Amino acid sequence: MLENAYLIPLLPALSFVFILLFGKRFKGGDAVHWIGIGVVGVVWVLSLVLGAQWIDRSEDALSGGGSSYEESLVVVVGSSGTGAGVLLGTEAGEGAPAPIAEPVISQITWFQSGGVEHSVGTYVDGLAALLLVVVSTVSLLVHIYSTEYVRGDVRYVHYYAFLSLFTASMLFFVLSSSILQMIVGWELVGLCSFALIGHWWEDSANSSAALKAFLTNRVGDIGLLVGMIILFFGAGTFDIFQINDMVARGEISHLVLLMASLSLIAAVMSKSGQFPLHTWLPDAMAGPTPVSALIHAATMVVAGVYMIARLYPVFYEGFAINTSSINLLSFIGGFTALMAAGLAFFQWDIKKVLAYSTVSQLGYMVMALGVGAWTAAVFHLFTHALFKACLFLGAGSVSHASHHTFDMRKMGGLKKHMPVTFWTFAIASLALAGIFPLAGFWSKDEILIGAWTGQQSGYPLMLFFGAAVAALTAAYMTRVIYYTFFGEYRGHGTPHESPKAITVPLVILAGGAVLGGLANLPSPAADAIGLGGIAHRIETYAEPVNFLAPLGLTVAAPSLAMALIGLGLALSGIGVTYLYFWKGMGPQGLSERNKYARAGRTFFENKYYLDYLYNDIIVASIKWPIAKATYWFNQNVIDKVVDSVGEGARDGGQFVYRYIDQAVVDGTVNATGTAANASGESLRVIQSGKVQDYGALLFGAVGVLAIIFVIVI
Amino acid sequence: MLVNQFLLLSAFLFCTGVYGVLARRNAVMVLMSIELMLNAVNINLLTFGVLHGTVSGQVFALFIIAVAAAEVAVGLAIVLLIYRNRSNIDVDDLDLMKG
Repeated sequence: MLENAYLIPLLPALSFVFILLFGKRFKGGDAVHWIGIGVVGVVWVLSLVLGAQWIDRSEDALSGGGSSYEESLVVVVGSSGTGAGVLLGTEAGEGAPAPIAEPVISQITWFQSGGVEHSVGTYVDGLAALLLVVVSTVSLLVHIYSTEYVRGDVRYVHYYAFLSLFTASMLFFVLSSSILQMIVGWELVGLCSFALIGHWWEDSANSSAALKAFLTNRVGDIGLLVGMIILFFGAGTFDIFQINDMVARGEISHLVLLMASLSLIAAVMSKSGQFPLHTWLPDAMAGPTPVSALIHAATMVVAGVYMIARLYPVFYEGFAINTSSINLLSFIGGFTALMAAGLAFFQWDIKKVLAYSTVSQLGYMVMALGVGAWTAAVFHLFTHALFKACLFLGAGSVSHASHHTFDMRKMGGLKKHMPVTFWTFAIASLALAGIFPLAGFWSKDEILIGAWTGQQSGYPLMLFFGAAVAALTAAYMTRVIYYTFFGEYRGHGTPHESPKAITVPLVILAGGAVLGGLANLPSPAADAIGLGGIAHRIETYAEPVNFLAPLGLTVAAPSLAMALIGLGLALSGIGVTYLYFWKGMGPQGLSERNKYARAGRTFFENKYYLDYLYNDIIVASIKWPIAKATYWFNQNVIDKVVDSVGEGARDGGQFVYRYIDQAVVDGTVNATGTAANASGESLRVIQSGKVQDYGALLFGAVGVLAIIFVIVI
Repeated sequence: MLVNQFLLLSAFLFCTGVYGVLARRNAVMVLMSIELMLNAVNINLLTFGVLHGTVSGQVFALFIIAVAAAEVAVGLAIVLLIYRNRSNIDVDDLDLMKG
């Protein structure tokens, strides 16, 4: 399976074509979901097989030794937290093995150009295997969930076709072996998100949300193209392995890497919803809820994070993550996390709260990558996929029950009507908030430690961002739960629990949210519950140490103090919100009484006026004065030049026509003709047709020649 | 050996032939004039052959006589056909190639 990984994206791609062409034949399209579910099920099994084989391969490499990377390994450093209280993981951290299995790359030559071979193929390593499992799992559950949620839709077949294509594109992107392939996968994902966000395009709000998503992504795509081109000219190849290898051996100059990573960060901003290009993401909620789950949990938005993780040596060197204590990548991530967490408090649409939460958590991941906590970012990507998918599907279930509204003001009291949805939603929320021992606790903790420890020096600002976001996350999720599940029901009709097709995926994902932490349990915790063998699994199997070790990447050791701080922040967030909503304590209705508070509230409700900035200031200024000036310039300068060039050409042409073409060229031609005509006329007299005349000419000529001959000689 | 007489005879015959070819209107007379010219050449060849003591002059003369016979055969056949078509053999009337 490691060599034949191409099957994994190929199958859903074929299913897309099949569903699109023949989907209607299946009971008029009503049974089409079985194709999608069947194919994604197969892909899911294949991904698990691939994951297992990768683990085997890593274990072989670990036990067999014999890899040249072993000497160059920089093992975990536990010295940075000495002043900060209890340190549990120093010894265990140093013993953590590093993955030394080479990635499995299967390639064929795509085309040759200028003597450079461009290959396409699959690049399988621990990161790809992990992403494959995440994407196929979430996609499978979304497929199942959609049978109920989108049932009876006008474009049911179309919906499943694009769901397949979406899955295929993301799997293709994950398995790319060259950055060219990554661009293709990246754009395919963007296209599918456009199609699915605008699924109900009859409503103009939906189609404009789809357009907004697509256009905002295009802005970032420019950065992607530029960055990839810079990388190509820096490394002379599109091959990911070779690029990473060259960076690790220091063969590409720092400036090239800095330029490349600066450009690529624009792509990350648009695709992974980082400030300032995050504005499309909340609007993308216009799509069907399962699609939102797929976009926000497993596929589209993690593409940016995945790209950084995949080309991590480039960013690591480009931003000098090793030696700095603040850099653009971590700042963008941290700032986005904090900013989006603030916005999540002021949304009434449950899906938009989750959308801002996604932006915030993606910021967390980017920040983790920015401080050098590679494993923590990938781990968080993994756990976040599980609980965020659960939250989105839960929101869909809630809306399904309460007459298809997402407005939390029309919900409330749903706890007793839909217990399964409530408990899964609550578990996922707690996991997101980072409550022990759920998945989010472990990954968030690792990120905080990563920011604290940093590389050669810590990242104090990032630690502050991370800590603040930890508290805010817990608080806004508590708010959502309060408005949705507690109090009195404020909508109309009687809410009811959703059918099995909806609740079963919820339960599975909630289970994932509980157990996801096992994927990369810190060794002290693993030892404590007698599972020391499964500590640091993601770090062991996925971290590309062969590239990162030469660059000096260090992994922060687990720290009990940090874990307690993180947990304390989350609990305080929940606690404060609990007191505010349930007990009615704190400054209730402050924004009605105090004009400064009101102004602040308006500021947040308008999302920092970023949409106004983009639409009314940037776009409008381009539309009105700049466009007008450009028009004037166009009319009076450019057009003038063009016109005068045209007029000059016309006059010149006339001159040439009149004096050169007509007089000289035509004159020559005519004169030739006339001369030929006249000479012919005069000569035809000789052509009498009588042989004797010709004979006379002949003899006369011979006679003349003879006379000349005699005279001359 | 004095070749003057022979050459003068030959020149006279040739000129007569040329005049005949150019001036006579009867096609048969034209053909006969061509024979005269050819024979003038023959006389020249024989004369110079004797002068240089070789037989090649006579050999050439024999060739020309054979060729002349063939030429007359073809020429008379053409004249005969012209006569059948047009009932006369006046060469002035044969101007189909007039430009």
